[in-house]
Amino acid sequence: MSPAEFFAMNGYGFYVWGSYGVALLVIGIEIALVRHKRTITLRQLRMERDAGEEQ
Amino acid sequence: MAINWFKYSAPTAFYGLAGKMIPWFAVPAAVLFMVGMYIGFFVAPTDAIQSEAYRIIFIHVPASILSMFIYLIMAGYAALGLIFNTRLSSMMATALAPTGALFAFISLWTGALWGKPMWGAWWVWDARLTSELILLFLYLGFIALQSSIEDPRRADRAGALLAIVGSVNVPIIYFSVKWWNTLHQGATIKFTGTSMHVAMQQAMFIMLLACWLYVIAVTLARVRSIILERERNTQWVNELKEVRS
Repeated sequence: MSPAEFFAMNGYGFYVWGSYGVALLVIGIEIALVRHKRTITLRQLRMERDAGEEQ
Repeated sequence: MAINWFKYSAPTAFYGLAGKMIPWFAVPAAVLFMVGMYIGFFVAPTDAIQSEAYRIIFIHVPASILSMFIYLIMAGYAALGLIFNTRLSSMMATALAPTGALFAFISLWTGALWGKPMWGAWWVWDARLTSELILLFLYLGFIALQSSIEDPRRADRAGALLAIVGSVNVPIIYFSVKWWNTLHQGATIKFTGTSMHVAMQQAMFIMLLACWLYVIAVTLARVRSIILERERNTQWVNELKEVRS
């Protein structure tokens, strides 16, 4: 089976790769959001701590 | 060896433990995902009726099972938080909701892309599909309700009630293919066994396991931020090295 045949999925390529592509994309977005959330939470905590120390 | 499990029900201890556990779930999840994809695309044979289109099953079925399973776990944690007033259980419920919504979305999306070539329609208002769509709305409702209430403890309680009442939808999804005449096929995996080819079964179970491990890893990562946010006025949070630096 050639790579072109493999990706064609016997005519169902759009449906098969559309399924896996979007699934992986949203999982990737979720991972990025969770990491971003941690970064901003830690930044927020440091800012609050620094604001507290100045008083 | 006696392990004091209750120790880890406190956010203080759980924060550190969760951080250590994440790679132990994330790495096997990634490896099993690749193994599952390999078996699903290179070992499992072409289906006699559905040709290559059936390969959507390896993401569709695990995502659908997990969307229901995560909901029950979420409702369970929410109920624990409501009954015993345990902070960490409520935080776990909050952390599970976005991932549950994500898997409900993947289930519906892959279902639409599978329905079009096989049934001739992206969407039909049948019992299985409609109840799964309601599941997505329940997740989104839970998230929206919690984020609309300022006080976290009140948000926990309101969310818990919604989660518990909504859990009635899960058996409806599961049994919908039996209770009603639907376009959706019956259960692929039955308690009495399955008619699937062995490589197809393997790929599906490995993908299910990979997705489940991913859910645990990403939930632990998310709950750590929730713990930090809710405990930000405590001594232990301010003494953490990631906060002090």
